[in-house]
Amino acid sequence: MSARRTLKTWAQDHVSQLALAPTGVLALVFVYGFILLTIYLSLTDSRILPSYNFVGFEQWERLWGARRWWTAVNNLLLFGSLFIGFAIAIGMALAVFLDQRVRAEGVIRTIYLYPMALSFIVTGTAWKWMLNPDLGIEQVFQQWGWTSFQFNWLVQKDMAIYTVVIAAVWQSSGFVMAIFLAALRGIDASIMQSAMVDGASMFRIYRRIILPQLRPAMFTAFVLLLHMAIKSFDLVIALTNGGPGNATDLPATFMYTFAFERSRLGIAAASATMMLFTVVAIIVPYLYAELRAQNRDRRD
Amino acid sequence: MIAEVVTGQQGMLDRILRWSIYVMLIGFAIFYLAPFYVMVVTSLKSIDEIETGNLMALPQNVTGYAWNEAWNVACIGTDCRGMAPYLLNSLMASLPATIIPTLIGAVNGYALSLWRFRGSELCFGLLLFGAFIPYQIVLLPMAQFLGAMGWSSSIFGLAFVYSVYGLPFTTLYFRNFFASFPEDLVNAARVDGIGFFRFFWRVALPVSVPIIVVSVIWQFTNTWNDFLFAASYTDANSATSMVALNNFVQVATGVKRYNVDMAAAIITGLPTILVYVVAGRYLLRGLMAGAVKG
Repeated sequence: MSARRTLKTWAQDHVSQLALAPTGVLALVFVYGFILLTIYLSLTDSRILPSYNFVGFEQWERLWGARRWWTAVNNLLLFGSLFIGFAIAIGMALAVFLDQRVRAEGVIRTIYLYPMALSFIVTGTAWKWMLNPDLGIEQVFQQWGWTSFQFNWLVQKDMAIYTVVIAAVWQSSGFVMAIFLAALRGIDASIMQSAMVDGASMFRIYRRIILPQLRPAMFTAFVLLLHMAIKSFDLVIALTNGGPGNATDLPATFMYTFAFERSRLGIAAASATMMLFTVVAIIVPYLYAELRAQNRDRRD
Repeated sequence: MIAEVVTGQQGMLDRILRWSIYVMLIGFAIFYLAPFYVMVVTSLKSIDEIETGNLMALPQNVTGYAWNEAWNVACIGTDCRGMAPYLLNSLMASLPATIIPTLIGAVNGYALSLWRFRGSELCFGLLLFGAFIPYQIVLLPMAQFLGAMGWSSSIFGLAFVYSVYGLPFTTLYFRNFFASFPEDLVNAARVDGIGFFRFFWRVALPVSVPIIVVSVIWQFTNTWNDFLFAASYTDANSATSMVALNNFVQVATGVKRYNVDMAAAIITGLPTILVYVVAGRYLLRGLMAGAVKG
């Protein structure tokens, strides 16, 4: 009887922890446990089926010796830097323009943002059709009178990766615009007014006062876009399917191919681990800083 | 006199500046709308017209052929039932994966924000990490797990996967939402002996409708648009619409029927577009919360 009562009071005292427990268990198993399993898998001789035969870094040596892996890494560097650069430049420019008390702002914003609701598979399918060299944009300009116009990047080995950049920027730049617009709206208008009274030009005000205040937004956009770039998978599958050849392979498509098509689970696990480490190197410091800043805000 | 000239000039400059801003804004609006426009007009053309005409041109003879093909006839593999059954699969995976994580996330966020305990911030941090991992890192063990449970290639298994990996996001939304909730109210309730769950049902949940909408829209959009898990864990029967669309577009043999491809793509993308049109504000809020700050 009394044991039951103490159990009950204990449960009442720890109700918050108990409510969180199921999710905690799920996270422990399906996030942390599975991460450890994948890392372990990368140290075994798994091929078609997972095996628990420990072989050290053999699979990692294979991965690092594979030319296809380095193609994927190089593509990620190229794709990632162009995608992030263009998405931030376009997103920031559009936010600054939209912040000039323009007419029909709501409509324009809606148009800029709708691609975010689409899946990368749909986006890839649409752009694949628009960029196809026979009947796509190339033909449009030729029919409009620019007969020498050529645009066949989609089927060019060294240009295809840029088509992935175009489609990815199309999909994500509106979202970056929204991040910057939210930041611009949060800037104290009185600073701007006093600068204007002092006779500073618009250009100067933006360069000296507004843009420096957008740094946190810039940082946020950068981290989110980098995260998206590393995870990019569907868009490449739908747009180029990694081709021509494997010219547009990214680590994510590499991992998928080696896991499910070439049945080299060990190598696939090693490549997945590489992806995780890259993300962790970026995200963990970011989350740590954000959560600390939040706690500081709350205490003040 | 001079002042007038100067302001006149400035007015001129101002006008030029404003015009160029509008030109840029409209130019980009065209850039964002163009693919959608091309998809719609292509889906309404016949193959002949596509091959002889211009990508950007309006259809001369509007035909519903492609839409009928995409909805009723299109073959995914050897199965020629159109896109409809796969849309149903997507819906059956997305609905439970929307409702269940939202409910659990609400309790989690409430506990983490209003019933904090020693180490609750650490718990949150550890859970939040799950929102940022590249899912490739869990792909293989999850495949084994689904196999061991007998859930391979089933919609149920897919809904389970979506639910598990949706929890970090839904928890994040509710935690950030409840963070701005007056703590005094909770403390007063506690003093009055009102328990965790009673306060949750009576007070916390009713006021959290806006964030429920955010969570529901986020989970629905994300699971509907997912390709990685769906491609890895479904077969010909349980394929979601994204997998079916991709198979259909990639694998089709013979003459490429771009009009049918586009109709199928629009059908697949329409549900999330509708969600966006109706509640885009909330979708944006969900995306922005991915930047942690709610």
